[in-house]
Amino acid sequence: MKSIVKTKTGISGLDEITEGGLPQGRPTLVCGGPGCGKTLLAIEFIVKGATLYNEPGVFMTFEEKAEELAANVASLGFDLEKLVKNKKLRLDYVQIDRTEIEETGEYDLDGLFIRLEHAIDSIGAKRVVLDTIENLFAGLTNEGILRAELRRLFQWLKNKRVTAIITGEKGDGTLTRHGLEEYVSDCVMLLDHRIINQVSTRRMRIVKYRGSHHGTNEYPFLIDEEGITVFPVTSLKLDKDVSTKRISTGVASLDKMFGGKGFFRGSSILVSGTSGTGKSSIAAYFADANCRRKEKCLFVALEESPKQIIRNMKSIGLDLDRHVKSGLLEFQSFRPGLHGLEMHLASLYKMVRKFKPQSVVVDPVTNLVSVGLLTEVNAMLLRLIDFMQSEGITLMLTALNSGSTEHLDENVSSLVDAWILVRDLESDGERNRAIYIMKSRGMPHSNEVREFLITSKGLDLVEVYRGPTGVLVGSARKAKMKEEMAFAKKNHRNLLNKPAKKIQE
Amino acid sequence: MSRKEEKWELRLYVAGKTPKSVTALTNLKKYCETHLKGLYTIEVIDLLIQPQLAEGDQIFAIPTLVRKVPEPIRKIIGDLSNEEKVLVGLDIRPVKQK
Repeated sequence: MKSIVKTKTGISGLDEITEGGLPQGRPTLVCGGPGCGKTLLAIEFIVKGATLYNEPGVFMTFEEKAEELAANVASLGFDLEKLVKNKKLRLDYVQIDRTEIEETGEYDLDGLFIRLEHAIDSIGAKRVVLDTIENLFAGLTNEGILRAELRRLFQWLKNKRVTAIITGEKGDGTLTRHGLEEYVSDCVMLLDHRIINQVSTRRMRIVKYRGSHHGTNEYPFLIDEEGITVFPVTSLKLDKDVSTKRISTGVASLDKMFGGKGFFRGSSILVSGTSGTGKSSIAAYFADANCRRKEKCLFVALEESPKQIIRNMKSIGLDLDRHVKSGLLEFQSFRPGLHGLEMHLASLYKMVRKFKPQSVVVDPVTNLVSVGLLTEVNAMLLRLIDFMQSEGITLMLTALNSGSTEHLDENVSSLVDAWILVRDLESDGERNRAIYIMKSRGMPHSNEVREFLITSKGLDLVEVYRGPTGVLVGSARKAKMKEEMAFAKKNHRNLLNKPAKKIQE
Repeated sequence: MSRKEEKWELRLYVAGKTPKSVTALTNLKKYCETHLKGLYTIEVIDLLIQPQLAEGDQIFAIPTLVRKVPEPIRKIIGDLSNEEKVLVGLDIRPVKQK
């Protein structure tokens, strides 16, 4: 049995969710509301075809003049004029001016067919876009003729063996205002642009794809200066390579808790804790350890500015500035509310692709909850973790535990490989920190609670006192230790003294 | 009256000799002979032979009649079977009613 042949769109991510592109030699309907990015998707399909796959394309627009269109997409770095000059692209603007047209009697749309055929044949086009053909309905009154002609047009496109995108405006309760989905039935894509909590999110969904598997979810996508990027959750397949190499956590005594060697390279680590428990400090030490190994580290700061972090870390004996100067450490800080989640994810992807770090720190990841719903944040984190794993990058996320975000680290924790929890212990009028490893996949790790000290010399973990009176930390531990020390000394002296006496005797 | 100096340049776009095109041309000739005798030229453009001309006059339906002169450009699509509509569309004052 022969499976369907596909044409790569060249749009980043779209070919993954369609498992190879659009059906070759058939029309695809792309529909959505105003401003959802239909035209852009269509033009990128044509431009990528012409530039990446050497497939010339015809862009027939019923909406914008060719010059307007060229100006609009110039900001995306698409040079339409050059493509036209090189015979890779042909733009045709079909102007339908209701005021200068009168209809009388029978007619057909042969003129359109001839124009299209002429355009296709003149450059040997393999791709065609009709944007938005529904405008014909506004210009012509005889709907009967129009519908019959559209049916003929889409059949004609199939016979012409061109891969086509037909755009359509979303209708009220229907995919397109004039029911184009009735004629184009091989592949239908729906684009959507919605605002949640004043932050815009774009999504796309493959409504149907005849004869092919495809992702059925709504996939977020993004329009920026490089065009459209769709984010597939590709790595849900869980077939990535894993490393058995280990890297230091940056704190010697923490390494010890991880079987003496630290984290797996390329794994993902979650550090969670309540406010002020030293999560950022752990993250900074981890970043420092990477830079000391002459590896690159990307530090994504969602809470503090890089300067603040550098200053604050200096106070605990860490000089991050020198790593920044040597180019090993790169800070990226932005307020989460600035963009939607997808934008954040996309910019992270881009930063990683550009900087090529061996490790990435996101501090704190819980701040993202302010821009998205919890389920969305989780989905985004899943993609983030997947992406880092597929790139072999060690990822450290810090998460703030408080009433509202408690669920987040629980959900994230099932995705990460190691989970370090830092907690406050309040006793005897003191607040002390305790640290323990909730989990660490694939390695022996300590089950002990340690006291976590942040001093001007750095981070350290010390064993807590466990005695008949329970776990003692802070000054209670110190006092107990002193007491024990004194006791031991006394014993020791007694021990020493006793034989001495014997000798004397 | 300035009507004597007026020249009418009409263009009829067709695609091959289809019944619709033939009807349109017959109708057009009839109306012109009646109302614009001696004042008009009709150019028939067959897009099957000259497809590149379709873009210039923004042709998408066949047959399309384009009034190039006098300006502004007017278009009538269809087989021109309704005389009144054609005359209104082209802005021709019928001779008989004068």
